[in-house]
Amino acid sequence: MKYESQKIALAYMGVALGLFLIQVVMGLVIGWIYVSPNFLSELLPFNIGRMLHTNALVVWLITGFFGAAYFLVPEEAEREIHSVKLAYLQLIIMVVGTLGAVITYTFNLFEGNILLGKEGREFLEQPLWVKAGIVVAALMFLYNVTMTVLKGRKTAITNILLLGLWGLALLFLFAFYNPSNLALDKQYWWYVVHLWVEGVWELIMASILAYLMLKLTGVDREVVEKWLYVIVAAALFSGILGTGHHYYWIGTPAYWQWIGSIFSSLEIIPFFAMMAFAFVMVWKGRRDHPNKAALLWSLGCATLAFFGAGVWGFLHTLHGVNYYTHGTQITAAHGHLAFFGAYVSLNLAIMSYAMPIMRGRDPYNQVLNMASFWLMAGGMTFMTFTLTFAGTVQTHMQRVLGDGFMDVQEQLWVFYVMRFGSGVAVVLGAALFIYALAMPRREVIAAGAPAE
Amino acid sequence: MREVMTKSMARNIFYGGSLFFIIIFLGLSAQSHLYIRNVSTNEATLTDSVKKGKRIWEEKACINCHTLMGEGAYFAPELVNVMTRWGIDPEDHTGAMESLKAWMDAMPTGIEGRRQMPQFNLSDEEYQNLADFLLWADTIDAQDWPPNDAG
Repeated sequence: MKYESQKIALAYMGVALGLFLIQVVMGLVIGWIYVSPNFLSELLPFNIGRMLHTNALVVWLITGFFGAAYFLVPEEAEREIHSVKLAYLQLIIMVVGTLGAVITYTFNLFEGNILLGKEGREFLEQPLWVKAGIVVAALMFLYNVTMTVLKGRKTAITNILLLGLWGLALLFLFAFYNPSNLALDKQYWWYVVHLWVEGVWELIMASILAYLMLKLTGVDREVVEKWLYVIVAAALFSGILGTGHHYYWIGTPAYWQWIGSIFSSLEIIPFFAMMAFAFVMVWKGRRDHPNKAALLWSLGCATLAFFGAGVWGFLHTLHGVNYYTHGTQITAAHGHLAFFGAYVSLNLAIMSYAMPIMRGRDPYNQVLNMASFWLMAGGMTFMTFTLTFAGTVQTHMQRVLGDGFMDVQEQLWVFYVMRFGSGVAVVLGAALFIYALAMPRREVIAAGAPAE
Repeated sequence: MREVMTKSMARNIFYGGSLFFIIIFLGLSAQSHLYIRNVSTNEATLTDSVKKGKRIWEEKACINCHTLMGEGAYFAPELVNVMTRWGIDPEDHTGAMESLKAWMDAMPTGIEGRRQMPQFNLSDEEYQNLADFLLWADTIDAQDWPPNDAG
C-alpha cells in the first residue's frame, strides 16, 4: 500500500461484505417462501423480504464502488485522499441510513409518514430522510475524490470512474420525482434504474476492471486506457437509447419498440469488448502476478457479465419477444446473472486484490477464495438456468395459452426447489469468501515447487 | 489497434458520441412525456381518489409481490388488468371497490401450500381509492400489453 489513506477502503469493503451477507441470506429466505409459501408469512411477508434483498444489494454494491474508488484513486492520482475524516463521516451516514431503512422495512414503522415512512416504488423504497442522506453522502464522496484527482495526476481510469460516479449521483435525483400519473412515474423511474445499471455503472465497472488489468497483467497503460475509452463509448452509445427496451409497454410511444430493440441489442457489444479486453490483456501481459484469486474474479466478472447482461439481456430484449416474456421469470433469470456477473463479481474482484494488500497479508489466501468463486459462480449459473426454464414454461402457459397466474406457478414449483438449492451454494460461497479474506493467516495449501 | 486509433481519438469519440446520444435521448424523452400526458393517458380522469390510491399502493409495497404493467416482483399476479380479469365494467367504481374489498378482506387465507397475501386493514375509503387507481391504470394505452387477461 503506497498511500496511507487507501486504508479507508478497508472499512467500506467491510461494511459492503456485511450487507452482502444480509442480501444473500434474505435471498435464501424469499427463495424458500417460493418453495413453502406459509414460511414466515405473518412475521416477514414476501414483499418485505424482497425489499431487504434488493435494497441490500444496491447499497452494498455502491458501498463497494466507493471503497474501490478510495483504494485506487490515491494510486492513480499519486496523492493522499483530500480528507480522510470526511470519508469516514460519509461511511457513518451511509451505515445509519441503511440501518434506518432496514428497521423501517422490517417493523413497518411510520407507514404513511412523508418523511419517515417507506416510499414504495420498486428499489426506491427508502424513506425520504434516507434518500436525502444518500445524496449528502454522495456529495461528500464526490467532493472528496474530485478534489484529490484535481490536485493530482489525471488518468483515463480516474476520469471514467469519476464520470460514472457523478452520473450515479445526479441520476439518483430522479428518485425524488414521483408524478401521480403512473406512466410518467415509470418513464422517469427508469432514468434511475436503467441509466444506472446499463449506463453509468458500466463506466465504473470498466474503469475498475481496467485498473485491475493494469495491476495484474502489467500491460502498458496506454493500451489499457485506449481500450477503456472504446468500451465505455460502446456502453453509452448503446445503453442510453437502449432505455427504450423499458418503454415498450408503459404508455410511451410505439417508436420505442424499434429504437429499444436496435440499441439494446447493441448493448451486448461493450460486454463482449470487456470480456475480450480482459482475456487479451492476460494473454499479452508479461507479469505473472501472484494474486490468482483476483485474476480469477476479474476474468469471471467479464465472462459472467457477458452472459448475464449481454446474452441473457438480448434473449428477451426484442420487442416481439418481450411482448410475451415481459415480467416473467425470464426477467428474474436475467436480473440475477447480470447483477452477479457485472457488479457483484467486480466488487469481489477488487476486494480480492485490495484487502490482502491493506491487511498486509500477501502472499494471498487464495485457495479458499477461488473455491468460493466456483461455488458462487456455479450456484448463480445454475439458478439462472432454473429460472430461465421456469420463465419459458410460464411464458408459454400464461402469455400464449392464457392460463391463470397461480395455476401456472404451481407447475413451476420444481424449478423453485432447484433454484433454492443453487441459492444454498451461493450463500455458502459468500460465507467462504468472507472467511477467506478475513481469517486465515497463511495459505491453506503450501505452494510447491513449479511442476517442470 | 495502435495504428488505427490513438488514445485521444478514442477519448474524443467517447465524449462527442455520448453527448450526441444524450441529446437525442432527451429530445425523445420530452416527446414521450407529452405523448403520455396528451395521448396514452387520460389526465381528466386522474382524480384525487386515483392519486390517493397510488399512494396506498406505494405505502403497502404492493410492487414487491405483484407486477404492475409487467414491472415489480414476480411472486403474485399482474394487476394492471385485474379489473378486466374480474369482469368489472370500467365505469363501475362501486363494483370495483366491492370486489377488491371482498378479496383483500379474506387475506391471508392461511391455506397450507398457498402463497399468502398480508392483511392491510384498509378502510372503505381506502379500498375505493385503491380500486380507482387500478381502474385508472387499466385505461393507459400500453400498446396492447398484456397479451391476454391472465396478465
